[in-house]
Amino acid sequence: MAAVVDTLRLTAEEAAGLLERGELSPAELRGAYLEAIAERDGELHCFLRTVEETEGDGVPIALKDVISTKGVETTAGSRILSGYVPVFDATVAGRVKKAGLSLLGKTNTDEFAMGSSTENSAWGPSRNPWDPERVPGGSGGGSAAAVTAGLAPWALGSDTGGSIKQPSALCGNVGLRPTYGSVSRYGVVAFASSLDQIGPVAKTVRDVALLYSIVSGRDPNDSTTAELPEPVRLPEGESLAGLRIGVPTELNEAEGIEPGVGEAVRRALELVTGLGAEVEECSLPRSVRYGLACYYLIAPAEASSNLARYDGVRYGPRAEATSYQELVDRTRDEGFGDEPKRRIMLGTYALSAGYYDAFYGQAQKVRTLIIEEHREALSRFDVLVSPTSPTVAFRVGERAADPLAMYASDLLTIPSCLAGLPGLSIPCGLSEGLPVGLQLIGPQFGENLLFRVGHALERALAFDTVPERWR
Amino acid sequence: MTWEPVIGLEIHVQLKTRTKMFCRCAAGFGAGENTQTCPVCLGFPGALPVANRTAVEWTIRLGLALGCEIAERAVFSRKNYFYPDLPKGYQISQYDLPSCIDGKMILPTSEGDRVIGIVRAHLEEDAAKTVHVGGRTGRIGGADYSLVDYNRGGTPLVEIVTAPDVRSAEEAKRFLQLLRQTIVELGISDAEMEKGTLRVDANVSVRPQSSDELRTRTELKNMNSFNFVARGIEAEVERQVAVWESGGEVKQETFDFDAATGALTPRRAKEEADDYRYFPEPDLVPVEPPAELVERLRTELPELPAARIRRIERKLDLERATVLVTGGLDALWEQTVAVGAERVAAANVIANNVVGAGVAPAAVPARELARLVEARERLPRAAFDEAIAKLADPGFSADPYLAQEAVSDTDELEPIVARVLEANPGHVEAYRGGKEGLLGFFVGQVMKETQGKANARVVSELVRAKLSA
Repeated sequence: MAAVVDTLRLTAEEAAGLLERGELSPAELRGAYLEAIAERDGELHCFLRTVEETEGDGVPIALKDVISTKGVETTAGSRILSGYVPVFDATVAGRVKKAGLSLLGKTNTDEFAMGSSTENSAWGPSRNPWDPERVPGGSGGGSAAAVTAGLAPWALGSDTGGSIKQPSALCGNVGLRPTYGSVSRYGVVAFASSLDQIGPVAKTVRDVALLYSIVSGRDPNDSTTAELPEPVRLPEGESLAGLRIGVPTELNEAEGIEPGVGEAVRRALELVTGLGAEVEECSLPRSVRYGLACYYLIAPAEASSNLARYDGVRYGPRAEATSYQELVDRTRDEGFGDEPKRRIMLGTYALSAGYYDAFYGQAQKVRTLIIEEHREALSRFDVLVSPTSPTVAFRVGERAADPLAMYASDLLTIPSCLAGLPGLSIPCGLSEGLPVGLQLIGPQFGENLLFRVGHALERALAFDTVPERWR
Repeated sequence: MTWEPVIGLEIHVQLKTRTKMFCRCAAGFGAGENTQTCPVCLGFPGALPVANRTAVEWTIRLGLALGCEIAERAVFSRKNYFYPDLPKGYQISQYDLPSCIDGKMILPTSEGDRVIGIVRAHLEEDAAKTVHVGGRTGRIGGADYSLVDYNRGGTPLVEIVTAPDVRSAEEAKRFLQLLRQTIVELGISDAEMEKGTLRVDANVSVRPQSSDELRTRTELKNMNSFNFVARGIEAEVERQVAVWESGGEVKQETFDFDAATGALTPRRAKEEADDYRYFPEPDLVPVEPPAELVERLRTELPELPAARIRRIERKLDLERATVLVTGGLDALWEQTVAVGAERVAAANVIANNVVGAGVAPAAVPARELARLVEARERLPRAAFDEAIAKLADPGFSADPYLAQEAVSDTDELEPIVARVLEANPGHVEAYRGGKEGLLGFFVGQVMKETQGKANARVVSELVRAKLSA
């Protein structure tokens, strides 16, 4: 069957329209994506596995491999979960199925979502559709690259410190990290529970809003979720009149922001002014100065505990051993890659007797300061703006040997994650021929506001999400 | 020197909620291995806990019954360690912010009320059950293989920690009996040590009488009845006194109590101290019970056993009151007395005969019991026992048993007594010569003659009168 649609350009909303009007059958639509996968995923390695049979007859979707899918292997990019087939669906997987979406497959991720490039995946890195020599970002690089490459109209990712927003920025599409508590984490392989959030990746803000409306809302299986205070609105207008946009100096002038990135964001801000919003500088001094350090205490501490369940006793591979202790030690030694091991050690140390107060305890206090600082800024502004990533996509292998350089990729996304706030990344231009992401940070449950601003700006920017080499 | 034991108790109580602490699996015994499990209690990737509302309320009820302050904000934490019975690699347990703190339990004694402080009562999840096969010790080290049954894993458990206020093994036992009765009456647990739904560890030290120092304490584990707790504490107190008196020093150790030999076996000391790396459980929200809920639970509390012991003591005596209340027998006693039974006799019959016959007190018709209590000395022993055993049968009536009332008529009995004495001249002579123990023989012979229908008390009076004449 010949491809009847151009999946590189087709949005999820358009695809839904084609199905609704009967212009395309669900099988034809799905076939088009499977064909695109067959054609381009050999180079990009976005998918860890595709699904043959599917229940849904709606728009296809890809899910990051940290999301449990009943009957479909779910590894979280780790050898320690190879062969693990969940007996239950994550709440978000259940919700997309209930909405009729058809599962295309599971996308690549850094192991346990720990990384900013997908190079930490036990199953090999994914590639950036704009330049396969470069990383797609991470940890959700598989989902982001798949959307840009037309291998899926939309996808779900997970974000702990930037794993949705940063790959979207590097791949030139739209990614939302929702308000903490607005989307259920039930069934999503945990990295850092107080930070993990599930969110959509798509080519347009409207698609992102649509998918967010499907997966969000309280889940009785996740005590940390809440009902949305207002229904999701698909954005329509183009005016930003009356909105106050804050530009935190520290987030926009941080060391390491590439000139081309800064320039693209400045041009976007000029457009914002043209659309009627007031743009003004503001400050988040402690959030940026301490954010990264705070994050790298809290996230590894929680991870060290969350990853304790992988002991080879109940599921996943089990190492040969002659005692329980040896079984656990060897299973974990063989099953975990370097990055999870590094973070387990960091986190174990940060929680140890005698160090708790100085590290984990102190980090929680700093987190409270960061929350307050954001609340204060968002009492004066509707939305805060900055680059999503300090740089455009870097080369595969460039930062792999330098964890600190890799951690710095998330410098600008981490503070609002610590504050539990929603963040939307939209493409705002190119630098060195590679996409630049613009980060919009809103108040708690301010997703509708982010959609409105993102949508208006998206129209004004008219960014072409198709990589230049495929136009 | 006189030594004073200083004892603190840690009591684990398995709540009998319908479902587990953090998932909707059925809780309780009896099902096949690993059939009461789900992704949450097996610790599957991504599964999240949701706290059991009933377990939280029951913990608060227990806290109120123990006179505790109920925390406006309690927090679940993670206690991190590896063991196959712990599927997540951590146990979820309240830690620095428990639901109940700073209570006390009154222990009525003949020297007045003893007050045992309750430091805290907190909610946690139970571990799964492991069976280590092979090896000599029954422990995981050296076992050929281990089997894990996750049915118990995730069952709600309340841990109660007392202050070191207990002063003897006997007092520990009495405290535990009263605590157990309180728990059972709240309807929150079966609290049976044999089934492991109630588990007790004891912290023991000794000090010179009337000093207020606290010396090094040891921990006793693995005692699976109140009697064993008492025996274990006794043995440990004796051991510690001997250590101090011989100029030695008690070391901090943990002992297993072996019920068969009564011996205390030290557990192998660990090389490093445990570091559980507690931190607040990010998957759960704090427990913040509304004040109205706490007040409602407070007003719903029944009259507690300690108070009832004091109330019943005034009509009876402390020992009997304690036995009735801690045995869950006082309600029946009150009903029986209310319909006219004599207090002490009713208490004795209930505590000895009814309990001995294994009859459920709640099923006993008080009026019929009162009739039996009243007639007990006039009834043949066998008839009385049979009546007691059948008390709980549906529609039980004392009538047929009372009809068997023993013969007490002396006119009827005297000729029989005379016949028996005539027939045994040797025994009569011996009795008169001082062998008064033969009284029983004569009574027995008369009972035989009357096919057990004679009133033994009346017969023995007649025999004695005749022989001393």
